Amino acid sequence: MKRKSGFSLLLVLCLGLLGGLGTAQAGEGVEGTARADKLDACVAPTATMRRSHFELIKHQRDVTVHLGIRKTDNSLAGCVDCHVRKDAQGKQVPVNAPGEFCAGCHEYAGASLDCFTCHATKPTGN
Amino acid sequence: MSQPTNQQRRAFLAEVTGVAAATVVAPGVLLQSVANAAPRDTAVTDDVRYGMLIDTTKCADGCSDCVSACDKENGLDLMEKPEGASDELWEMQRPRWIRQVKLRNNLTGRVTSLPMMCQHCEKPPCVDVCPTGASFRRADGIVMVDRHTCIGCRYCMMACPYNARSFIHENVQLKTTATPRGKGCVESCNLCVQRRDNGGTTTACQDACKHGAIVFGDLKDPNSAVSQAMAKYPTVQIRADLQLNTGVRYTDV
Repeated sequence: MKRKSGFSLLLVLCLGLLGGLGTAQAGEGVEGTARADKLDACVAPTATMRRSHFELIKHQRDVTVHLGIRKTDNSLAGCVDCHVRKDAQGKQVPVNAPGEFCAGCHEYAGASLDCFTCHATKPTGN
Repeated sequence: MSQPTNQQRRAFLAEVTGVAAATVVAPGVLLQSVANAAPRDTAVTDDVRYGMLIDTTKCADGCSDCVSACDKENGLDLMEKPEGASDELWEMQRPRWIRQVKLRNNLTGRVTSLPMMCQHCEKPPCVDVCPTGASFRRADGIVMVDRHTCIGCRYCMMACPYNARSFIHENVQLKTTATPRGKGCVESCNLCVQRRDNGGTTTACQDACKHGAIVFGDLKDPNSAVSQAMAKYPTVQIRADLQLNTGVRYTDV
């Protein structure tokens, strides 16, 4: 129970952070509309994901491109699929839009976010 | 064990079984597993070699169904003309994985139409010249570009005897999940690799060809449609003199 409440506290802090960064423009993602919003943890414990998500994705990209292995929990397409949020009109908001899941933290940390110069920022179905 | 503990355990089990394919690392924390249809979970091997046979007698002049289907499958139709570029420049530089080529025999005047794309050579010149290893041949015979390591030098475009590769000159706004695309990288036909890795048996161009001019399959399997057709009809490799052993073959050229 103690551990769970710890995570809830982190979540609240994280939400506060995102909310603070998010601008009040139209098409802003609504909290709770992403599949990930309803889950306790990602494919690895939250602390691991925060610290090492890029290593998981970077390893996976080589395995996928060169070996063709796509059945995985660590694909970028999976990240986008689960973390993309919808705006008030029900339209998906790109994960790299200001304040959204990916951009929110990257902006705060001052780390460039290069995935989306090439990769789709919303699930496209194919 | 006391009664309350048992009840907690039951509630906990119910929670776990309620979420499909989840792993438990700590009480109350479930790690999620991503459910996919039937994607590949083992590395590709050289037990197969993917290739194509194009029957140019069936390929109709003026038809561009395979090109449109390829554009749609690989997000090429989402590309927009860069601001300030002329129509002429855009037509010349816009990425195309399939080119429509017309051959004319000057002696007889016979005209042949055919789709020309990456020929998926066994010994690809584009792979030979790539300084970073971005241009590579997958174990199953698909020649492709790893855009993560491509530096956009375009040596491969110059080395390719088939003019099969395109370069992305400007930032790309819209892209599909299966085919990422960005400024500064080279790309070409990858035999619909996303279909290969997800259990598909056809390519977009083959599906679109209403004349049945394109047969795709495993060249190493003697029972595949493509092998059967090759055993039956005379086929050629384009620029066979280069001894590249292409994976795409043609009839009646």
